[in-house]
Amino acid sequence: MSDNMEKIATRESYGNALKELAAENEDIIVLDADLAAATKTAIFKKAYPERFFDCGIAEADMMGVAAGLAACGKIPFASSFAMFAAGRAYEVVRNSIGYPGLNVKIGATHAGISVGEDGATHQCNEDIALMRTIPGMTIINPADDVEARAAVKAAAEMEGPVYLRFGRLAAPVFNDRESYEFELGKGVTLREGSDITIIATGLMVYEAVKASDELKKEGINAGVINIHTIKPIDKDIIITAAENSGILMTVEEHSIIGGLGSAVAEVVTENYPVPVIRIGVNDEYGHSGPATDLLKEYGLCAENIVSRVKKALK
Amino acid sequence: MDDKSKRSLQAAACRIRKGIIEGTYNARSGHPGGSLSIADLLAYLYFEKMNVDPQKAEDPDRDRFVLSKGHCAPALYAALTLKGYFSEGELKKLRHIGAMLQGHPCISIKGVDMSSGSLGQGISAACGMALAGKLDKKTYKVYTVLGDGEVEEGQVWEAAMFASHYKLDNLVAIVDYNGLQIDGRLSEVCSPEPITDKFEAFGWKVLTMDAHDMDSIEKTFAEADNTDGRPVAIIQKSIKGKGVSFMEDNVSWHGKAPNEEEYNKAMNELDAQLKELEG
Repeated sequence: MSDNMEKIATRESYGNALKELAAENEDIIVLDADLAAATKTAIFKKAYPERFFDCGIAEADMMGVAAGLAACGKIPFASSFAMFAAGRAYEVVRNSIGYPGLNVKIGATHAGISVGEDGATHQCNEDIALMRTIPGMTIINPADDVEARAAVKAAAEMEGPVYLRFGRLAAPVFNDRESYEFELGKGVTLREGSDITIIATGLMVYEAVKASDELKKEGINAGVINIHTIKPIDKDIIITAAENSGILMTVEEHSIIGGLGSAVAEVVTENYPVPVIRIGVNDEYGHSGPATDLLKEYGLCAENIVSRVKKALK
Repeated sequence: MDDKSKRSLQAAACRIRKGIIEGTYNARSGHPGGSLSIADLLAYLYFEKMNVDPQKAEDPDRDRFVLSKGHCAPALYAALTLKGYFSEGELKKLRHIGAMLQGHPCISIKGVDMSSGSLGQGISAACGMALAGKLDKKTYKVYTVLGDGEVEEGQVWEAAMFASHYKLDNLVAIVDYNGLQIDGRLSEVCSPEPITDKFEAFGWKVLTMDAHDMDSIEKTFAEADNTDGRPVAIIQKSIKGKGVSFMEDNVSWHGKAPNEEEYNKAMNELDAQLKELEG
């Protein structure tokens, strides 16, 4: 893999996928809360203005409106930054969408620390944890443009609430456009390896692959699994990895509390206990700075994964 | 409305009140006060106004009803029972383990269009339903009932802004203005007044009615049908606990079930009212 590959932010994938899907499905409606230019739903709005509704800066109401639309057979995609979609509107998502099991898709962009310069108030490292506690909520955190577009399509095709997590930062497109197949709830093995298995999600998948390739040069065989569907999680692939490598490392652009690391730890402690090393944002807030610098500072990069793996295997 | 129809609706309201007492008494909990204050409204909506039919409960063209003040579920359940959505036996199991009728409305219950109970959320869902109706060029209406205390929730005003911006004149929100909320009188807790002016300022057509006078209710809903592009808010002046003498305008009956003695007293009063109406 090379760093010269094409880069596209998954929020861009979200807007493009919505536009494509809308051509085949008239029930798709897009809601936004005054962030269409940033969430990229503006791409949809331009193509289908009659099916786009701006709710203004009112995320709680937007989630409720989405619930009402879904109750009448529409497939609403309610869009905002992760901080406001999962954070501000949490209880509306829980009671008006989750509890009645309505067919609402939540498109949450600007997730994680890679929001960058806007700083801590907008860097949502808690959304996966929050959404995971809602019974019946499907959570997808795609790794690149190819996977993100496929995830939006899968969300539209399934019945029930879905939380889609996208990033602001342009991410390397490492999945092959022709051969890629998205299977909801199934992890993807990207590298085989029996010394340790790195389980990553979202923006961190590519970093995990780079780390594995780097470790290989030093004789360490680190497997890599991409978990795009965080809920329901692929228990089998995690248990098999625990059996084969005896030690796991999780990597996510999210708090180490309640996200992928917790989900993986829950699976192995109940089924095949092995050590789980969690890389993510520790129990702290982010701060302002360029996204790529922040990712390095918080250890969300291949270099840190390599060093943590070596330390763990010593 | 002729006298016979009026008496028939008043009798339906009385039966809804009996259902409220029956349900909360058997549940040993629940919210009789605010349920009793909307009994006449629900009788009018379910037996006169709304296009709903238990035989076609999922009809996409039906009118929708969202009880935004979801804690008054006993009134909704009593109305649905009377309308024939489910049997009377269900009301006696309200809030019990394994019961169909949950403490707050749940979308899985036949005849319930939206889960509700967390205040301020029902009106947003009602906006979504009204918007869907506009998109599909359907003629159904969406009715939602809010508590007067409920309008203290900020989400109500987010929804109010949305409804007028998108000209949802197929939406009617009724505010049950009984003046009491859990902690006391609205004026003493954290006053949302003036409610009428606030809805007007948010671009709604605002009507007021006497919640316990069928003529006033009928006249007001006829006026609500006279649409002009604005969503309609009906502020219904009501008496919390209406119909049961010792519960009227008494905040302690917001969220308390009657004991056996109180149950008998309430039922006797309501039976007497019913006898007078039905002769």
